[in-house]
Amino acid sequence: MTTSESPSAAACPGCLAAPVMSERARKRAQAIGTEIQLSLPAIHCAGCISGVERGLMALDGVNDVRVNLTRKRATVHVADGLEAADLTAALSALGFEALPLDSATLSAGTSDRAARDLLMRLGVSGFAMMNVMLLSVAVWSGATDATRDLFHWISAMIALPTIAFSAQPFFRNAWSALQAYRLNMDVPISLAILLAAGMSLFETMNSGENAYFDAALSLTFFLLAGRFLDQKMRSVARSAAAELAALESPTALRLVNGVAETVPLTAIAVGDILMVRPGGRVPVDGTVVDGTSELDRAFLTGETDPVAVDVGTSVRAGEVNLTGPLHVRAEAVGKDTLLHSLADMVSVAEEAKSKYNSLADRAARIYAPLVHLLALAAFVLWLWLTGGDVRLALNIAVAVLIITCPCALGLAVPAVSTVASGRMFKHGLLVKHATALERLAEVDEVIFDKTGTLTKGTPQLRDPDMIPERAFAIAAALADASSHPRSAAIGAAARGRGLPVVTVTGIVEHPGLGVEGKLNGKVVRLGRAAWVSDDTESGATQIDIAGEAPVSLAFADTLRDGAHDLIAALNARGLPVTLLSGDARDPVQRLADELGITDWHAGVLPTEKAAMLEDRKSAGKRVLMVGDGLNDTAALALAHVSIAPASALEAARVAADVVLVSPDLSHITDALRIGRSARHRILENFGVAALYNSIAVPIAFLGFATPLSAAIAMSTSSIIVSLNAMRTR
Amino acid sequence: MEVLSYLIPISLFLGGIGLVAFFWTLKSNQYDDPEGDSARILRTDYDDEPAQD
Repeated sequence: MTTSESPSAAACPGCLAAPVMSERARKRAQAIGTEIQLSLPAIHCAGCISGVERGLMALDGVNDVRVNLTRKRATVHVADGLEAADLTAALSALGFEALPLDSATLSAGTSDRAARDLLMRLGVSGFAMMNVMLLSVAVWSGATDATRDLFHWISAMIALPTIAFSAQPFFRNAWSALQAYRLNMDVPISLAILLAAGMSLFETMNSGENAYFDAALSLTFFLLAGRFLDQKMRSVARSAAAELAALESPTALRLVNGVAETVPLTAIAVGDILMVRPGGRVPVDGTVVDGTSELDRAFLTGETDPVAVDVGTSVRAGEVNLTGPLHVRAEAVGKDTLLHSLADMVSVAEEAKSKYNSLADRAARIYAPLVHLLALAAFVLWLWLTGGDVRLALNIAVAVLIITCPCALGLAVPAVSTVASGRMFKHGLLVKHATALERLAEVDEVIFDKTGTLTKGTPQLRDPDMIPERAFAIAAALADASSHPRSAAIGAAARGRGLPVVTVTGIVEHPGLGVEGKLNGKVVRLGRAAWVSDDTESGATQIDIAGEAPVSLAFADTLRDGAHDLIAALNARGLPVTLLSGDARDPVQRLADELGITDWHAGVLPTEKAAMLEDRKSAGKRVLMVGDGLNDTAALALAHVSIAPASALEAARVAADVVLVSPDLSHITDALRIGRSARHRILENFGVAALYNSIAVPIAFLGFATPLSAAIAMSTSSIIVSLNAMRTR
Repeated sequence: MEVLSYLIPISLFLGGIGLVAFFWTLKSNQYDDPEGDSARILRTDYDDEPAQD
């Protein structure tokens, strides 16, 4: 084995591969170990795959790594003792953003199996269609007598088992619809396939001229292709949604005799004492029994300013603990928490959404009965015209059924949705709901939440130039010792400013109050105004140097990237924009003025948000709601269509139809544009299908249709529809 | 036309090979990561097979 470590010295790909290969083989041979799933949102190229795989293989205890670029995920097998956190740390050192996923939540194997099952049926029907088509070409070009019969028999031998296997999904759906006394798209499809196959078999036995085996098979193939695209799109969206859920592993730290142990959330009972570390999320509703700290309630109420908590304060699931560790007695768990009652509200609204009539549903409702009536009419008419020639009449009825085949209809919607979802994904938008694209196209008003949606939800120091240099330097030195968001903002503002160097010693953080240290023997403090200088003005942060006047530091929320562009683009389109925030009046007004939003409401409660959406709905408005917090959840579910940023709480992401993965807000205009374009293409495709039918049906009705014309018409309409779908931009 | 009695079984057999090959690609997870595979082919790293999981 070569000991060369430098890849650039290798003269050929094989020399380069050899050490890697033996390394891989060695690690493979070891016990496979525990499986860890990582989400890699930023990977996009071959270099990233190599970087991640090599980087992780270099770690001790990693047995196997496989990156899946399509799902932007890595599956890692590690020996015991290696945690997901070690892997993400190693990857972030290499410059790859990585997030651990909860494997239990991810076991979405069923949808994968369904997609594979469809692909198998699609492959078989494609194979059979091509062979039968070739045999049919011989018949169309003039094979007669025994040769034609032989070719028909071979076609039958290929076609019948294939139909029995590949067309099962249609038969099953049609059967369950008929059992419920309904008609769906699958009933005419199944009828056309079965009648065409049966009729052709009968003709073959009687040495007839026309056999429609190729038509029955291409019908199956094209429709399966549409089904497969549909399934693929949904499973991508579903696995993305599952991934978002898996990002939040549902565990809590329970204190038993003073020792903290990690337990699943479901094991928590009322009365348990839980520990919430700084930076952690409060897992249940409860009361603080020990510790002081500050909580970030932005997700629940939209407030930007942290709230001080003390023993006796009640806390809600979903709030984020900022400074000191807290002990919380659980008072409501699982279904009783505020978070859960909001989730129930969401599921009620979801129900309403699933009743939305998509374009495809509406088309199917007109189409399905019409086809049956046409075929029946053709049968009766020809029976009467020919004076009882059942064979001819049935032949023409089958031709009508095949010609009106919903190939173009079956492909019209899935092809467009697939292309549009792909385009949305490129812009950093995940489409979660099947009809979300259509609903996006109908939007005539946009409502935004403020904190975490239009803003980043992290504070930024305002007017740093106005702060005296010395005080700023001391504040920066003190802020270094704390992980509070405002400290981080001070640190970020101080960086690269060339502030004088100060040495502050003995720095202590007082949870919920601030940071204290000593400068040349004098006490310096950075923190709440009330603690620093007995000032009762709440919310402000001050820096106090003993013997000098305290200096106030003001903070503001930073705007998300692209917020200006987004609002400007919406105004240019003439869509009215409204801002609904649970935050105080001042910051909301400042933001509205900055962005040029004239219609804004501050201090709005979650129920008021929902009520406002209800009002718009009953006024016939189709509202796009963009929000991220728990206080937006009900509003997101009630809106005609909704978008949540990926940074949102899980409940909000579940309620939203589209998740914005990209940090840039201006992609929402892309979403609206693509939605409109998709709707346009779907309607065009329906137009193509209608035009084609209006030409083909009379021909079939009059008995001029041949298997050749059916095959040509069917393929051209399907291809035109698919090509048109590609134009969605 | 006697040639047909050889050609038809032969063509069906060849088609059958294609079908079996398709089943094999499906069974060995070759459609799991189309984007990744198109990127991997251009790398200089050695890559033994799609992971069997």
